[in-house]
Amino acid sequence: MEKIFEKTKVLNDRTMHYCPGCGHGIVHRMVGESLEELGLVDKAVVISPVGCSVFAYWYFNTDNVEASHGRAPAVGTGLKRANPELIVVSYQGDGDLASSGTAEIVHAAARGENISVIFINNAIYGMTGGQMAPTTLIGQKTATSPFGRDPKFAGYPIKVSEMLSTLRGTRYIERTALNNIANLNKTKKAIKKALELQEKKEGFSLVEILSPCPTNWGLNPPEAMDWLEKNMIPEYPLGVFKDKRADEEE
Amino acid sequence: MAEKILMKGNEAIAEAAIRAGCHLYFGYPITPQSEIPEYMSRKLPKFEDGAYIQAETEVSAINMVYGAACTGRRVMTTSSSPGISLMQEGISYIAGAELPCVLVNVMRGGPGLGNINPEQADYFQSVKGGGHGNYRLVVMAPNSVQEMADLTHDAFDIADKYRNPVMLIADGNLGQMMEPVEFKESSIGSVDHSSWSLTGMKNRDPHIITSIYLGAEEMENYVKKLYKKYDEIEKNEVRYEEYECEDAEIIIVAYGIVSRVVRNVIEDLRKQNIKAGLIRPITVWPFPSEIISKRAEQAKFLMTCEMSTGQMVEDVRLAVNGKKPVHFYGRFGGVVPTPDEIVDEIKKYL
Repeated sequence: MEKIFEKTKVLNDRTMHYCPGCGHGIVHRMVGESLEELGLVDKAVVISPVGCSVFAYWYFNTDNVEASHGRAPAVGTGLKRANPELIVVSYQGDGDLASSGTAEIVHAAARGENISVIFINNAIYGMTGGQMAPTTLIGQKTATSPFGRDPKFAGYPIKVSEMLSTLRGTRYIERTALNNIANLNKTKKAIKKALELQEKKEGFSLVEILSPCPTNWGLNPPEAMDWLEKNMIPEYPLGVFKDKRADEEE
Repeated sequence: MAEKILMKGNEAIAEAAIRAGCHLYFGYPITPQSEIPEYMSRKLPKFEDGAYIQAETEVSAINMVYGAACTGRRVMTTSSSPGISLMQEGISYIAGAELPCVLVNVMRGGPGLGNINPEQADYFQSVKGGGHGNYRLVVMAPNSVQEMADLTHDAFDIADKYRNPVMLIADGNLGQMMEPVEFKESSIGSVDHSSWSLTGMKNRDPHIITSIYLGAEEMENYVKKLYKKYDEIEKNEVRYEEYECEDAEIIIVAYGIVSRVVRNVIEDLRKQNIKAGLIRPITVWPFPSEIISKRAEQAKFLMTCEMSTGQMVEDVRLAVNGKKPVHFYGRFGGVVPTPDEIVDEIKKYL
């Protein structure tokens, strides 16, 4: 029988610790496939963040390093500057990147570090049990915004892609989502493009991926996909926010 | 003989690091050590494999060091007290992940913003562990511009040998003063890091650098492994200098710039037929407990002099273990004690 699909060799066979319906497994696969298709596996270093994907290194057949909370872009900077031939994938969630690590992500972007950041935005803290994230939507109930996020006390969601795309140092920034097949395909394409640009030494790229967290949203997986589409995409519009080299900017 | 160059202590650290093959530097300006990043920013871009980054914060700088150290290359950061406080999280991770690197703290007055005067009040932070968890840094304390250079060079070798961060603690005086210095032959070390470093997994299994161990016993065993290494370091790497200790009845223990003041104290006391000697720890971890314990046998009493409210004195007391009185004299806030005031203090106990 003809085999029409095979799991990427960049992921091992270990059973993932992620909850049913979580987006991490999908994105791990896309990162693995992209590295494999581009022939970059032997040069890759994946940085695991602090958050649900803290054990990303359990699954990737690549070199790996664990970064402290939010610091992955600084760790990636050190790796890349020490060995520019490495392909550095900074895999981060929203608490990690948009809260604890805002200084690191902004300045890595401003310096135009030649790394690829995969940013999982699920509008909540997963690992610590569903607390408010900087990306939590207005009115969204979480363990630490039990009455719904109130901007009077908790401010407004941070739009990372929009914010970083104002920095001239960035090369490519796109926001995608995991809610349907078309968007999955766009996500894979975006991840692959980010890695390709890194290989060509074109600079900093970030793919923000809107991703479901059924467990902490209190929904089942199909409901979570529906909630993502109805609530997250209006707040976080999908698309390419930046695709230009610094020397092409006015 | 190499040529002697007149240099600031801070510059001597930078030059010695470069000669030890450290072409990677990540830092953030802070007085009184900014000459180091300034020197590195001039020199490192000239090396094909060199990288200098002025990080956005000390937090980022130490994490860039963490990333660069993962590749097995020599890397350094430097700062002064408040900046070193910011780095503590990263230092704990680096020690936990067993990454070699060199850190320098040109100490200034604290707590808080304090001031930019010299102090030795970060002894606890560096020696007892400023970050979280069970770990040790090798901590070296130079007392001259020459030693700033020599110990920086040695620090890279020790870091490589044990896969452990090594910190130099100097102070604002040593960083800013100029003295003639002679550099060791350039050598980049010969320790092979290929069994663990992140180089891409061509023709081998993945390498993973982490400090997370979820199981209680798993974590305990990991820490035990670290402490086995620390035992080795305690066995092999203790350094100290003795001055006029052979017949001394009073033993003064001092490190860094204070040890130079105390040398004058010893001479003054000897002129007055008071037999005093100095033990100067060069490594403050591992601490030269054995020699202090041995000299305590012959001494009437010991005194520890520091530019702090009394930090190293705790380790001296542990070494002496109640055998003899251990007195303390300290100035702080940037005040450097004079030989006369230390002599007067000693005389109180005669």
